Amino acid sequence: MMAELREQDQAVADREAEDAQPERKRWVQMLTDSTAFIFIALLGMVVAFTVLRPEAFASVNNLRNIAIAASILLVLSIGQTFVITTAGIDISVGSVLVFSGVVAALVMAEVNGGQGWAAVLVGTVAALLAGAFWGLVNGLLITKAQLPPLIVTLGTFGGVLGFAKVLTGGINLRTVPNVLIETLGIGRLFGVIPWLVILALVITTIAGITMRFTRFGRYTIAIGSSEEAARRVGINVDRHLLKVYLVSGVLAGIGGMMSLARFTNTTIQGHDTDNLQSIASVVIGGTSLFGGIATMFGTLVGVFIPTTLQNGFVILRIQPFWQEVAVGAVLIVAVYVDQLKRRARDRL
Amino acid sequence: MGDATEPLLQARGIYKNFGHVRALRGCDFDIYPGEVVAMIGDNGAGKSTLVKILAGVQPPDDGEILFEGQPVTLSDPTAAQRLGIETVYQDLALAPDLDPAANLFLGRELVKPGILGKLGFLDTPRMAEQTRTAFKNLGAGVQSETDAVASMSGGQRQSIAVSRAATWANRLVIMDEPTAALGVVQSKAVLELAKRVRDQGMAVVIISHNMPEVLEVSDRVEVLRLGQRVARFRTSETDMDQLVGAMTGALVQEDA
Repeated sequence: MMAELREQDQAVADREAEDAQPERKRWVQMLTDSTAFIFIALLGMVVAFTVLRPEAFASVNNLRNIAIAASILLVLSIGQTFVITTAGIDISVGSVLVFSGVVAALVMAEVNGGQGWAAVLVGTVAALLAGAFWGLVNGLLITKAQLPPLIVTLGTFGGVLGFAKVLTGGINLRTVPNVLIETLGIGRLFGVIPWLVILALVITTIAGITMRFTRFGRYTIAIGSSEEAARRVGINVDRHLLKVYLVSGVLAGIGGMMSLARFTNTTIQGHDTDNLQSIASVVIGGTSLFGGIATMFGTLVGVFIPTTLQNGFVILRIQPFWQEVAVGAVLIVAVYVDQLKRRARDRL
Repeated sequence: MGDATEPLLQARGIYKNFGHVRALRGCDFDIYPGEVVAMIGDNGAGKSTLVKILAGVQPPDDGEILFEGQPVTLSDPTAAQRLGIETVYQDLALAPDLDPAANLFLGRELVKPGILGKLGFLDTPRMAEQTRTAFKNLGAGVQSETDAVASMSGGQRQSIAVSRAATWANRLVIMDEPTAALGVVQSKAVLELAKRVRDQGMAVVIISHNMPEVLEVSDRVEVLRLGQRVARFRTSETDMDQLVGAMTGALVQEDA
């Protein structure tokens, strides 16, 4: 009797599945196979810029520039991917990056006259701790004070950058050890692949493996998918969310060191749209802003959309401010597509 | 089944207020090993509140809970789980983006042996294997262990939730209106599942509004009304009229 019931159940399910799959749905599905779609969009952009300015855009040097520009954003976006997967958001990443860089620069100035590997080591520890601190503050406010992540990180976005300016009097510090600039900043593996890019790729790989294969990743996805379900099975949701925001803070701290190495100063004014760019990259890549769906590979592809646009606009002598307009628009479209996808699925 | 043995779980004189609402007013409830007992009552009778107390989601204001005759404090869901009590909530509490195996093992993941396990690497094949076994043993009609739960029918989701509870419970499974959102065929399948859980030696509490369903699946029925237990029946010795009478207050048992 059960077998029969199950067959009927199956038949009903099949019929429901068919009903929910008319032409339009298939179109949506194709469009929303995000990573593939974004890859094509990126390819289209590359082709367009190449056709318009082949000699300037498609050179090895320029492609390397794009990769370098993407690397710092990628590290921030990896943290952002963990956060967004829990259905949270971290608007403070750029400010935490700047703050960490400022703290590192201040500390390094005190070590060996601001030069040498000892200074780099101490500075790195300082940057990581500074990032971890703000990640912890975000996490505690979200889990213990139960404030919405949007508000908490909006507050720290403003406040932390303010602190960074207070610490420096608003002036960019330039105490970056030469060894850091020469290695991580402009150095390349085999003279080809910039260390900045390698560092970002290593972090991305570790993050991808963590998300896909470990308990940490499983809990991250589960909490974003249904926080209540996670709580009821006994997962310590608050502690896990705290860890996730901590990871985002620490990665912003690493980003702070990368930024120091690349720009040779604390670039206080240079990171006010990092949050927009990282959130856009993550969502474009296919991680759902509503939580529960994560793809680190998507984020890796996603960060090349804002960076390639920026690069292409500069080369085409279009005002680069248009990039911000474009990224904002792309973010909204990506979230809309995300929503379509979710509705199509939930109707099944 | 029944009165010869000691109750597995007893609620004695449970009180629970929410502000001015007196949800439970000295409520009793008994569950014996290896039986399906139906908890019925009209809206506002206190069924959901009692279930939450038995599952450790909410503490009672007063009264005591005895597990195998010993007083216990169910301060949180894990306390109930440690006693071998699992609850299938009305909203199922599944993570829709995860597959059935991930849901079955949620919060109890198996990790790989050795150093990888220490790092938290999941043993996905072993969990999938055990999930297949669990579904097979219970005859749960779940076609795929690897698709997201969100893409599955209500009946399949319910089966996953019940299978999860049955897998981890070893004494008692509480099911809060398991068929409320299901069609006729799917409801039957879930009720069969409940009986099979009982046949594996566990006690099952089913909260339901549906009288024919209650008469079909349960061994005993306990009736709540206005926050108290007002009647108890053996299912084989009662009928729809008696149950409805007890629910509405037309029939009162003195010794309930």
